[in-house]
Amino acid sequence: MVVFEKPKALADVQMHYCPGCTHGIVHRLVAEVIDELGIEGKTIGIAPVGCSVMAYNYFNCDMIEAAHGRAPAVATGVKRSDPENHIVFTYQGDGDLASIGMAETVHSAARNENITVIFINNAIYGMTGGQMAPTSLPGQVTQTSPYGRDTDACGFPIRVCEMLSTLDGPEYLERVTVNNVKNVKNAKKAIKKAFQNQIDGKGFSLVEVVSSCPTNWGMTPQDALKWIDEKMLPYYPLGVYKDRSAEKEEK
Amino acid sequence: MAKLTFKTDNCKGCGLCIDACPKQVLALAKDKINKKGHHPVEAVNPENCIGCAFCATMCPDCIITVER
Repeated sequence: MVVFEKPKALADVQMHYCPGCTHGIVHRLVAEVIDELGIEGKTIGIAPVGCSVMAYNYFNCDMIEAAHGRAPAVATGVKRSDPENHIVFTYQGDGDLASIGMAETVHSAARNENITVIFINNAIYGMTGGQMAPTSLPGQVTQTSPYGRDTDACGFPIRVCEMLSTLDGPEYLERVTVNNVKNVKNAKKAIKKAFQNQIDGKGFSLVEVVSSCPTNWGMTPQDALKWIDEKMLPYYPLGVYKDRSAEKEEK
Repeated sequence: MAKLTFKTDNCKGCGLCIDACPKQVLALAKDKINKKGHHPVEAVNPENCIGCAFCATMCPDCIITVER
């Protein structure tokens, strides 16, 4: 009996990600959810700019490449053009979603667009070589903050889930991580719920995945996963930040 | 006994599967190099494998198939 194998929605190619990069885990979770919900034929993914720019090579569903940060805007157009027959998800990093694409993110959340957003937060710009991102931690050493992020000059990191949860629009916001087996399983549950919400027509669902970037953090893959526990999670606490359906049921 | 199959040429030798394994089944093959120049993972104690699939759950490159 096969206990675990590569999901069918994940293409049979080698990914370009660095050794130990958790992008691969999140790709697989999205593909597993697509398989389990049986929606591969009608799913359209929107790839971002950043490390995951070539995500269109790795999923077997249809994919569109959006301009930097504009994935939620492209997703809005795709979803509205044929809302009954398309399941639309975007897959974005923090440099894409939380920096140049912040306006698109906030407004699609405010409009409660019926799309699913997978947001990878690794607190750094990976693809361009490790510059400071809007989500870099205070004091974090990056290429553009060699003495550590100085909050007087560079401001404070943005907590996307908390910020969006102040809006009345979004349906579902959750922050998860993938640094150990238990957290990977929880992350999959959250991603599945985000897709199910869209199928049920509930609206904007965003899952923020706190990820590692061993190369640009300058660590081994193992130390990077520990660093998530030690440094990232105290600043970016895991949990559900908004779940409107659950709130309604409680009332 | 559970059976592990590796797509060795796609392994990047990150070692996340090795840490995830509760039974110390896996190790990097220090005397082998795959197509991409990495030391790939291999099962050094395959008889201890319980088929929990923790290794495959943590593998970013999805190279492990677990059968039981």
